[in-house]
Amino acid sequence: MAAAGLAPVDLAAPDHAARRPAAGRAAGRRAALPASGRRARHRAPAGLVPLAALAVAFLALPLVAVAVRTPWGALAEELAAPGVLAALRLSLVCSLGALALSFFLGLPLAWVLARVPFRGRRIVRALVILPMVLPPVVGGVALLLAYGRQGIVGHLLEQALGITLPFTTAGVIVAEAFVGMPFFVVTVEAGLRAMDGRYEEAAASLGAGRWTTFRRVTLPLLAPSLGAGAALCWARALGEFGATITFAGNLPGSTQTMPLAVYLALQTDTTTAVALSAVMLAISLTVLVVLRDRWFRLP
Amino acid sequence: MSGSVDRAAMDVEGRGLKGRTRGVNARRTGWRRWVLRSLAVLTLAALLAATSACGQDEGTAASRDLRVFAAASLTEAFTELGDAFMAEHPDVKVTFVFGASSDLARQIEEGAQADVLATADKETMAGVADAVDPQVFVRNRLTIVVAPGDPLAIHALEDLAKPDVKVVLAAPEVPAGRYAERILDGQGVVVEPVSYEATVKSVVTKVSLGEADAGIAYVTDVAAAGGEVDEVPIPIAENVIAAYPIATLAGSQAGAEAQAFVDFVLSDAGQKIMKTYGFLPRPTAR
Repeated sequence: MAAAGLAPVDLAAPDHAARRPAAGRAAGRRAALPASGRRARHRAPAGLVPLAALAVAFLALPLVAVAVRTPWGALAEELAAPGVLAALRLSLVCSLGALALSFFLGLPLAWVLARVPFRGRRIVRALVILPMVLPPVVGGVALLLAYGRQGIVGHLLEQALGITLPFTTAGVIVAEAFVGMPFFVVTVEAGLRAMDGRYEEAAASLGAGRWTTFRRVTLPLLAPSLGAGAALCWARALGEFGATITFAGNLPGSTQTMPLAVYLALQTDTTTAVALSAVMLAISLTVLVVLRDRWFRLP
Repeated sequence: MSGSVDRAAMDVEGRGLKGRTRGVNARRTGWRRWVLRSLAVLTLAALLAATSACGQDEGTAASRDLRVFAAASLTEAFTELGDAFMAEHPDVKVTFVFGASSDLARQIEEGAQADVLATADKETMAGVADAVDPQVFVRNRLTIVVAPGDPLAIHALEDLAKPDVKVVLAAPEVPAGRYAERILDGQGVVVEPVSYEATVKSVVTKVSLGEADAGIAYVTDVAAAGGEVDEVPIPIAENVIAAYPIATLAGSQAGAEAQAFVDFVLSDAGQKIMKTYGFLPRPTAR
């Protein structure tokens, strides 16, 4: 079962393996698979494989259940219901907006955390990671207290610029970026730390300015981490529920994203909720297939 | 995550970097081992706690668990009522699950273990096949919730239609939202809310936090919020009466206790507690 599961992943990406002869461990696994048992470390200890199968079943069965209960015949009808397409569109717009915000602010933050030694860096990093472990509803309350109309920053925003975030699409983006950005920052910072600094030094010694070095050397080297961070951040933003409903509220067309629509549909009409869930599932699956093992392959 | 990092490093350097990354990995591995061990211990502890809790669920005669699912608007009143019930029945431990009635009904339909259900409207109760002989136990009215002192001078339902008033309503999927819709439709007032909240309690919260200017909630919610919000009464002719039914559930494993709880809610002592929270008595009472 495990071997059957692994094989298509590797076969699906021969181009990577071919382009990267240095990815020794991945290549080793490929070679070892047909002749399994040649080396002892490839034989699973007794009991591990059934547990692994159990884990697969545990994770996959709920998704299969959604597919089974989806009203395929009436799916088009369910999706044509008012509000569904709006929620879908809003989900995509807001999650991409949150990703853009995370990129714009998170990349500089990741760079500073990785490269600039300063006092209290650990504390700053802990603060940045905190939204990852915070229950999203608590995050939503915190956002209200900070950026709400009566919030410590929010009331200034309203007085000075006439901007209110709660109950607006911008508020949804803020809530999603709040929970999604840490994933981006943490991933990109790890990438920066693992990067070999000598390339940047070489660029600098050849006369490249700091900005040129960052743009032409650091960023291209960082591309895999940027991709992985972006994928995690976007996925988290797409599924965000708690902070959104707490901070941005729930109004079809302006703040009701797919997860909110699913939750409310569940209260009255399970069929619609299942149909919407199936759509979310399809989108997530598509993204995973498109990304394939490009960013999620393990060493 | 770290896989992509490793590969990136190797793409750049071939094998030259391996020694360095291994050093970093070794340090991380120690840390990881510690985290993994802690996680394993925590998981085991959680499992043990869960199984021992299940053991208690089986119910010795000494203490029986009674799980009551109740509408969000009953939170404060039922919490006190539960204490009074447990004082009278020391062998029963009442646990409440408060939430939007429609949400609770769905959970029960999906198999949640509940002994008693109290909803904020009859429609929701009617959708629960397991509900045994529902009876209306209190009634409630709705009201306009505003910030303390009513700074925007909201006096009537019509004022909610003003464009500069930010109104939140409960979602039409939950009872309070349906009641609000009925009241507004009855008066021909067209309100464009900024949000449809998932429970009536979060309507009050949004107003008390100052994020919204006004909302429609139950009279009892305003009483429960203390001084954090004010109320602009909706005249009786324009209002609707919310009838709250309560029922034991056919799937209950504590049928006698469930019935005792329902009887207590309907008793004079129970009704007296409900009244202190602003609920109207049930229609048949005297």
